[in-house]
Amino acid sequence: MLYAILCYNCEDVIGQWSKADDDAVMEKLGAVNQKLASQGRLGPVARLLPTTSATTLRKTKDEPVVLDGPFAETKEQLLGFFVIDCANLDAAVETARELAAANPGTGSYEIRPLRFFEPGALKA
Amino acid sequence: MTDPAWIDAALTSARPQAVGALLRYFRDLDAAEEAFQEASLRALSTWPQNGPPRDPAAWLIFVGRNLGVDSARRRNKQETLPPEERLSDGEDTESALAEELDHADYRDDVLRLLFICCHPELPSVQQIALALRIVCGLSVKEIARRFVVGESAMEQRITRAKSRVAAADVPYEAPDASERAGRLAAVASMIYLLFSEGYSATGGTAPLRAPLCDEAIRLGRLLLRLFASEPEIMGLLALMLLQHARADARLDGDGNIVLLEDQDRSRWNRVFIAEGLALIDKAMRHRAPGPYQVQAAIAALHARAENPADTDWAEIDLLYATLERLQPSPVVTLNRAVAVSKVRGPAAALEMIEPLAARLGGYFHFHGVKGGLLMQLGRGDEARVAFDRAIALANTAAEAAHIRMHLDRLARDAEKK
Repeated sequence: MLYAILCYNCEDVIGQWSKADDDAVMEKLGAVNQKLASQGRLGPVARLLPTTSATTLRKTKDEPVVLDGPFAETKEQLLGFFVIDCANLDAAVETARELAAANPGTGSYEIRPLRFFEPGALKA
Repeated sequence: MTDPAWIDAALTSARPQAVGALLRYFRDLDAAEEAFQEASLRALSTWPQNGPPRDPAAWLIFVGRNLGVDSARRRNKQETLPPEERLSDGEDTESALAEELDHADYRDDVLRLLFICCHPELPSVQQIALALRIVCGLSVKEIARRFVVGESAMEQRITRAKSRVAAADVPYEAPDASERAGRLAAVASMIYLLFSEGYSATGGTAPLRAPLCDEAIRLGRLLLRLFASEPEIMGLLALMLLQHARADARLDGDGNIVLLEDQDRSRWNRVFIAEGLALIDKAMRHRAPGPYQVQAAIAALHARAENPADTDWAEIDLLYATLERLQPSPVVTLNRAVAVSKVRGPAAALEMIEPLAARLGGYFHFHGVKGGLLMQLGRGDEARVAFDRAIALANTAAEAAHIRMHLDRLARDAEKK
């Protein structure tokens, strides 16, 4: 079975870490990744930039609307994610629109740039 | 498991929101601060035992409000008390408050708190000192250290600033749209001022002041979270991140400035650059350019160039032209001239800056740039005059040393002939 582990924490607190603190945490996480990778069990790993860099595409009964900021509703749950390579935010929004059109009903797509990415080597 | 470092960081990040709400409640800066201090002390003793609250800011406001009312009651028995339901304890009140905080008045609380610090009557250093004390929670001692002044002198400045602010009439009702926009603009420039205080420091004071940049960036993020759709706030945060990304490369071991083209670009902070670029991308979608966005876009073009030779000077020239239109100033034209010299050559740039002589005659960079252009044009004697003038106007030893390097080169070239 493949699992996704989604990491939550208070970004205000994390944002106050010094570079040395942050580097130390990344190193410890790296050691966990390393172990998984050597066992052939590591898929993609990503660390996101702060929520201030987020943009959200929200479906409405008319055209979807693009909103600044992260996804903020509590009525909906996280169901999946994509990692895509885009020239800029406009291209990422375009892709989110395609995904929105492919999906019936309501829904939102939060677009967050990555600050760290490790593609992993998991076979599908 | 609530470790002291976590509590410390949580208190710092909840501070603007909590002090802002307490200020609305008590309508007095000292009372709000004191209530926050009391609540923080309470947090330090109870959080390690009971675990951290779901919403630290709501907890601090709730507890601070009760404690503040309590001490006011002790001070003045005659004072009328707020309605009893506000004093009642219990989880329900706290969660109701947390709900309330999701709404817009919390946004206005923080904005009001920041706005109070940048009262137009206060000189800029006092604005910054007040913001560091009240919004960021730095001690007077820490602030005095950052500004390299004595603690009692700084204490005096902050006290004076506070009484000036107390005398000023700050309205407590929710501001209307145009007033909110005005406050936001004033707060943005105060945050950038705070950033510049940290960024412009050189020599021995540089390590002391660098944390001011971090505080400014933290406030920029806070402001953008509250006003998520303001392209100029995105621009402000992007500009600070892109400039701060160069922090490690822009000063040498002695704290002297290393010019952009001489910096070791492998030492630029790539995470800050990525975040800055993402924010500019977001801002541009609004198609409402402003001075912060344009300056950030210029910084972004430098950040994108792996080598100085890859810099897109033509685009930088266009952006400076936009900035000249949005915010006309001879200094902007002077900066544009540097880009023009790279695109159209030194003669065109010199022609551009000559009309600025009357207004920038006493400005170090004007003579430095002019000397550099004259040197490129082979007009050594005139270049020497400009460089001599620049040295006389240099603000720091590093600036003077940089010009002296040019003069030495001119002298060597003259000998060869």
